Amino acid sequence: MSSRPRGVKERVAEGIARRYRRERNFRLAGLGAVLVGMTFLGFFFYTLIGNGYTAFLQTHIRLDVELSADVIDPDGERDVQALGRADYQGVIRNALRARFPDVTSRNDLRELFALVSPGAGFELRSDVLSDPELVGEALSLWVVADDDVDMLIKGHIDRAADESQRRISDSQLGWIEQLEADGSVSRRFNHRFFTSGDSRDPEMAGIWSAVVGSFFMLLVTLALSFPIGVATAIYLEEFAPKNRWTDLIEVNINNLAAVPSIVFGLLGLALFINIFGLPRSAPVVGGLVLTLMTLPVVIIAARAALMSVPPSIREAALGVGASKMQTIFHHVMPLAMPGMLTGTIIGMARALGESAPLLMIGMVAFIVDVPESPLDPATALPVQVYLWADSPERAFVERTSAAILVLLAFLLVMNATAILLRKRYERRW
Amino acid sequence: MTVAAYVLGRRRSATTTGVSFHSLPGYYGSYVAIWCALPALALYCLWQLVEPGFIRTQVLATLPAATLELSEAELGLVYNDIRNLVEGNIVSGEPNDEILAAASRYTSLQRISNLGITLVVLLVGLTSLGWAFRRVEPGLRARNKVERTMEVVLMAASTVAIFTTIGIFLSVLFEALRFFQQVSPLEFLFGLSWSPQTAIREDQVGSSGAFGAVPLFAGTLLISGIAMLVAVPVGLMSAIYLSEYANSQVRSFAKPMLEVLAGIPTVVYGYFAALTVGPLLRQFGEGLGLGVSSESALGAGLVMGIMIIPFVSSLSDDVINAVPQELRDGSYGLGATQSETIRQVILPAALPGIVGGILLAASRAIGETMIVVMAAGLAANLTANPLEAVTTVTVQIVTLLVGDQEFDSAKTLAAFALGLLLFVTTLLLNIIALRVVRRYREQYE
Amino acid sequence: MSLASNLEKETVPQAGVGTAEDTSIQAAPDIRVVGETYRTVGDYTSATPVIRTRNVDVFYGDNHAIQNVSLDVGKNEVISLIGPSGCGKSTFIRCLNRMNDTIESARVHGEILLDGEDIYSRRMDVVMLRARVGIVFQKPNPFPKSVYDNVAYGPRIHGLARHREELDKIVRTSLEKAGLWSEVKDRLEEPGTGLSGGQQQRLCIARTIAVSPEVILMDEPCSALDPIATAHIEDLIDELKKNYAIAIVTHSMQQAARVSQRTAYFHLGRLIEVGDTDQIFTNPQHELTEDYITGRFG
Repeated sequence: MSSRPRGVKERVAEGIARRYRRERNFRLAGLGAVLVGMTFLGFFFYTLIGNGYTAFLQTHIRLDVELSADVIDPDGERDVQALGRADYQGVIRNALRARFPDVTSRNDLRELFALVSPGAGFELRSDVLSDPELVGEALSLWVVADDDVDMLIKGHIDRAADESQRRISDSQLGWIEQLEADGSVSRRFNHRFFTSGDSRDPEMAGIWSAVVGSFFMLLVTLALSFPIGVATAIYLEEFAPKNRWTDLIEVNINNLAAVPSIVFGLLGLALFINIFGLPRSAPVVGGLVLTLMTLPVVIIAARAALMSVPPSIREAALGVGASKMQTIFHHVMPLAMPGMLTGTIIGMARALGESAPLLMIGMVAFIVDVPESPLDPATALPVQVYLWADSPERAFVERTSAAILVLLAFLLVMNATAILLRKRYERRW
Repeated sequence: MTVAAYVLGRRRSATTTGVSFHSLPGYYGSYVAIWCALPALALYCLWQLVEPGFIRTQVLATLPAATLELSEAELGLVYNDIRNLVEGNIVSGEPNDEILAAASRYTSLQRISNLGITLVVLLVGLTSLGWAFRRVEPGLRARNKVERTMEVVLMAASTVAIFTTIGIFLSVLFEALRFFQQVSPLEFLFGLSWSPQTAIREDQVGSSGAFGAVPLFAGTLLISGIAMLVAVPVGLMSAIYLSEYANSQVRSFAKPMLEVLAGIPTVVYGYFAALTVGPLLRQFGEGLGLGVSSESALGAGLVMGIMIIPFVSSLSDDVINAVPQELRDGSYGLGATQSETIRQVILPAALPGIVGGILLAASRAIGETMIVVMAAGLAANLTANPLEAVTTVTVQIVTLLVGDQEFDSAKTLAAFALGLLLFVTTLLLNIIALRVVRRYREQYE
Repeated sequence: MSLASNLEKETVPQAGVGTAEDTSIQAAPDIRVVGETYRTVGDYTSATPVIRTRNVDVFYGDNHAIQNVSLDVGKNEVISLIGPSGCGKSTFIRCLNRMNDTIESARVHGEILLDGEDIYSRRMDVVMLRARVGIVFQKPNPFPKSVYDNVAYGPRIHGLARHREELDKIVRTSLEKAGLWSEVKDRLEEPGTGLSGGQQQRLCIARTIAVSPEVILMDEPCSALDPIATAHIEDLIDELKKNYAIAIVTHSMQQAARVSQRTAYFHLGRLIEVGDTDQIFTNPQHELTEDYITGRFG
């Protein structure tokens, strides 16, 4: 007992309060850090949804349209070509004029016509083309309002502001209020957003062409990266001798996984477009570039899946006289498949969200038409977000947010599938 | 034809009764099928490689001697015209008779070539099929041969990754070298002024263009630096909290949330930085009487930092969890508090791994494109003020290459030089980081 | 702080158990409601107790790892805890400085007194407790720091040294007491992980001594070591008992016989028999003890 220094207990006791204070501060700092991430996430979804949900509704104006046969089909033959050539925008303008008969001056008329989207005529045209019987009838039609009107109705334009400060003139505001008074303005589900391609007019713009472009790209990516990735993983995990060469491949794969995506874009531009002469803006090139990007993810996941299959399975198969190849394809692969698929889906989700390399290979073009094959010019969903985010019109802000929500929904579905797959088939050995 | 080969081979081995074959019938089928398909396929690929050159020499031979005396580059242009004509694209200028003649020659040659190769491929396929078919007999070790082929295929697949790296390096390098023929590497690396836009307007002042990339490096460093300042403390502390303090309920809620943060596409972060954070910062700055550019380095850096948080935290989490429990026990057993244990035992023990993770995160930040393209500026300001707009290497690559460009102008090539730098920098960072992390892992295994 | 508060919530003192000290000390352990009943053979008390435990139960989730154990650790004595693996001896000594706090599912019931203070009470601070009851683990676990910093770690966090000279002195005495000074005095700045296994374990002992604890718990300290290193540690334990109370868990009956004055035999979470080491090994009273000693199982 004598050799124990006196006062150890006292000295420890002295510092305890201070130490616990530090402990608490440290713990709070940790909690704070976690909350920073959470807060951002909350703020992020709050602004996105707040900005974006209105894009799913679109302001329409009810007009009494007269599809007089003289204007639309002067020959009276209901010929498709003739029907297609008619001036439907003019029909709608006439309807506007009939609704506001006291507007006469050229300037006023131009402002009046601007209430309705330039795309309204096209829609009327396709209505008539699909049902020629409509010619000669008078319809009460909900036509798409212009984006500025839409913004006004959605409250993004301040009605009380001075005329010079807003994109809607006083007389336009007056007409809109008249229309509102008799119930001729309404917000309805914006199906165009999901079914049409890009457009200069926000009210006509949709994400469908971008979705199809993304789909083709992922198709190419999946078709290439899954087999190549799995084959590579099998080779490295089951066959490759442990030597310098395989070590190099391994280091290389890990590095590729961390190379900035834009560099893959440069490769795509220099190799696929300039040397192989593949078309610019084509999903097939995008798919190739994304394949190279996704490959490391797939390989790493597939290797992990193979590694988790216990050696006893291989030994059992080899023990009954199966060849190495049979062992792998009959026994190891089926057990590793869920893991490989999970990895592939996660890789695909990353590929879907990628945009930087696509800018390099010209997928930023303004694409109205829906691509029909992987060789047609196309854009991708994230690139569409990028393009819209750059557009000055206020109405594109909500569309950008809405497109982001759609993109996130896709990613959510993919990742949830991956998680479910993992949960469902996860096996502990 | 390959399918037919499979069936034939299979049948031959399966119907021969009374003798025991070495392998299962399916393998004989595959064996014959491989023999049928591979040589033909190889030949076809070979021809596809040789064909353009062959046709080119043939077509050019029809051109008048005067045209042939043109320089290599001009000749290339003429040949391009011919090809465009054939493919029905827009041709520069009115095609003359010679070109037209050459074009028709091109078309006919192409037709002959296609026909010929089809015939040859069919012939080769049939021959090798027949040869392999006759070899199908009980003694043939078909399984071994088929498996050997498959192994080679697997090995070939594993080289794709290597070829990708080589491909990236070479393609970027070649274009960069062409750039350095026009602009000296010294000027590029150490020049203080960057204004590549001169290539469009010849009359502009200093129309030679300035390709000093230092402002870009500075801008990249500034933005990535801000991002790391946000991501490292927040990410590291989150990882510590989640792995050491949080109970399993908090963990099972917070970790997926952080993963959601990691799963958000960068373009979405970019949109958020440009349309929400940028204006917010500017308003905030105005409130304080500071002039904050709406494309400030701060905005882009902050958002990029948020993006990297889950990256840092998941890497740190792995590393912290790899620290053996015995060390914690040793420290607690001496009466250390949890924070003392974390700060003085766990973090020092995990330091190499954490440093590796931070390096990987830094390489991510440097290479990040969409956030800066959307939220950072285009003007190459050489400044350390985070409230001003700066531009980065990746922004310039995108700006220089988006839209239709001539592929030979210094402006376009500069993008590849920047790409080369970016690639080499991030590659070095990655290699160092991965090595550090790997060595760290081995230490505790 | 978190450690202390977590546990206090979970450790609900059981009414009527272990509170009536005077009656329970002399009598055999009470017949308890938890689990089956049994009676420890031999005298589990000590004349000069440093640590006194009464009716301790430990649960890991639903697993009842320690059942109704009462045992004293006396001053200047080495008590060894033996028994087949999984019998709860390690769990028991980890209760003595609340190392089980780090395991989320662990709950401890009963009474454990250090110098008369209940270590699971609200007033007892876990930091202070562990400064007074040190522990040495099965696997040597030096921190990835220099030899010097390893030993200085405890004194530094507890603020035991006012200045550098004092710290140097503590480090030196601790290393001397652990019998390591002559081997490492020239390599104080080298990493502790670079020492040999036996040296590492002695470093861990020095690290524990540096805080001047009253009790040292040893959880199979030699099981990862070779025979020569083991002999070193055993000599050291003999030396240390002059100043400290030591409780050692061991797998080796020979080791228990060599180093300890008293021996406690655990079986399936129960304390079967306690007694003087000589008596336990020569004349065990309980059938299970005898079977174990004579090698019928274990």
